[in-house]
Amino acid sequence: MTELRSLLQKKIQSGEKLLSIYLTAGFPDAEATLPLLQALAEGGADFIELGVPFSDPLADGPVIQAASTQALAAGMSVEKALQLCDRFTGEHELPVLLMGYANPFMKFGWQRLAEQAQQARVAGMIIPDLPPEESETVQETLRAAGISLVFLASPNTSEARIRLIDRLCDAFVYAVSVTGVTGARDSLPAQTTEFLQRLRSLTEHPVLVGFGVSSAATARSLVAHADGVIIGSSVIELIRTAPGLDAACERVHAFVREIKTAIS
Amino acid sequence: MQTIRPASSLPDAQGKFGRFGGKFVPEILIPAVSELEQAYEEARSDAGFQTELRELLREYAGRPNPLTHAERLSEHAGGAQIYLKREDLNHTGAHKINNVLGQLLLAKRMGKKRIIAETGAGQHGVATATVAARFGMECIVYMGEEDTVRQRLNVFRMQLLGARVVPVTTGSRTLKDAVNEAIRDWVTNVETTFYCIGSVVGPHPYPMIVRDFQKIIGEETRQQFLERHGRLPEAVVACVGGGSNAMGMFYPFLEDEDVQLFGVEAGGRGPQPGEHAATLSAGEPGILHGALSYLIQTGDGQIGEVHSVSAGLDYPGVGPEHAWLKETGRVEYTSVNDAEALEGMKLLSRTEGIIPALESAHAVYFAAKLAGRMAGEQAVVICLSGRGDKDMETVAALLAGEGEHD
Ligand SMILES: Cc1ncc(COP(=O)(O)O)c(C=O)c1O
Repeated sequence: MTELRSLLQKKIQSGEKLLSIYLTAGFPDAEATLPLLQALAEGGADFIELGVPFSDPLADGPVIQAASTQALAAGMSVEKALQLCDRFTGEHELPVLLMGYANPFMKFGWQRLAEQAQQARVAGMIIPDLPPEESETVQETLRAAGISLVFLASPNTSEARIRLIDRLCDAFVYAVSVTGVTGARDSLPAQTTEFLQRLRSLTEHPVLVGFGVSSAATARSLVAHADGVIIGSSVIELIRTAPGLDAACERVHAFVREIKTAIS
Repeated sequence: MQTIRPASSLPDAQGKFGRFGGKFVPEILIPAVSELEQAYEEARSDAGFQTELRELLREYAGRPNPLTHAERLSEHAGGAQIYLKREDLNHTGAHKINNVLGQLLLAKRMGKKRIIAETGAGQHGVATATVAARFGMECIVYMGEEDTVRQRLNVFRMQLLGARVVPVTTGSRTLKDAVNEAIRDWVTNVETTFYCIGSVVGPHPYPMIVRDFQKIIGEETRQQFLERHGRLPEAVVACVGGGSNAMGMFYPFLEDEDVQLFGVEAGGRGPQPGEHAATLSAGEPGILHGALSYLIQTGDGQIGEVHSVSAGLDYPGVGPEHAWLKETGRVEYTSVNDAEALEGMKLLSRTEGIIPALESAHAVYFAAKLAGRMAGEQAVVICLSGRGDKDMETVAALLAGEGEHD
């Protein structure tokens, strides 16, 4: 069992519902990331997905696209994201996962990535364009460094594939709430509930649901059928519209606290 | 040169050409690519499907098109005899229609009525809008904003054909960004929508499907040349953007080891990063748009900026089968810059009375040079992938800039 898995398991067994927050590394600039991570931690996030920006994020909606573009313009890279992660995990217990598209990681080198991510205490990785059929050697390399590769399942994923994902899983299953790109939605369709029920009937692993979660009400209704929620675009939007870094930190702190309270 | 496995045997069951290709897509798209794979397998062995496609190619697209002996161009080149495979004479003016007829017939079979496509030069968009009109399907075309300006006439053609053209304002506002946007649409509307991809790129099975629908170019060429000369040409030349006209032309020749194959990429304004789109010549392996192939990228693994005077070659990726053919050495990839392409366009226009597309003009320029180094009894075939009507505004502006009006 990986470290991430046992951490999640402990909280879930004590009856907690989990909250994970996605934050694009280097957005709006590299100096902002550590204070924002600190605010997320203090607000009560259970773990963090630190986004490594990519020039062509084809599973993302406009909000994360724009954040990625801005972070890249400010010079963010795999190497710098790892450094940020190292500094944060040096001072906080909170697990950090790296989330990003395959090409920058591949270019960095999978073996080198595994080594440096291990040094930076990265708990896991989420790579949306690396489905199970393309990730066998990557998963082995990461696993050897104690890092979990997280797979996604979506409402149109077949039973056979959910079983495959269940077999490969070593931390949690990332349930994509709707077919579509990332981005806040006012509400989620009824099929989301059916999907989560189906997913949970096919896997014993923890299920966290993300894509489109924007409000405390949605989060609360989702955790009736999942072990936790993942929020990204809404947090990015709060940061983008804040008048400065201090205000952004206050806002995300308050937002995280509100959601965590709502799902507890 | 490494020995080539029978050309027909690739891709393998994982959609790989050697280490290239594959399905690097979000989980949401896995059911869609699997469904497509299955539908194509069934259609491929269905005589009814093949007959219907052959008939459309003949009666609607105008195939077979001629293999024209370019006598005055050959004379100008001063060496081998040059032949032109006339994809420019197809309905809609380029090779793109071969693929679109196949894919939309497949869409019809799969019961999908909403068609999306990306386009660069606008030729694939026009072909898709055309066939969608012919089949009574809804059609949405994503096109980089920069391309909507330089290929304005094609935007109008698509609209006239009843398609909705969506200008894409993200990234470099060219073909790559149009593909991103088309994929985002596909992810969102996956149940109802068929993504008609315009080249031998994207996740498996697209590179295979598009190649199969384009291989009629090479099959006809091979047969036409054989009938006329009782042998095969010494060299075959095609331009490479995503690589569909080249793949369609090369595929039937892969096992004819005496036929040299040349792919010509866009050298743009020069070899500096950001100034060209010579993916195979100057790029390195990477993952973009669902496949592992060659890629123009930065040291940090971000997709690099590219440039070409021709919108259809202005793409930082290339089909995975080309990456494999490069590494096996079966095809030689080279590049021709913007100025040389313009030269090629003028040359073919003035020697043969045929105005090529700027994309095809890259192949013309290289082939003329190549022929000049070959013997008079040898032959070079150029895949003339499209006609130049769409480029007249661009070329007029460029030539005016050069102060050349003759
Ligand atoms: C006439 C013509 N030739 C070539 C291309 C390049 O595409 P491919 O490399 O897929 O043949 C295009 C693309 O728009 C085109 O319009």
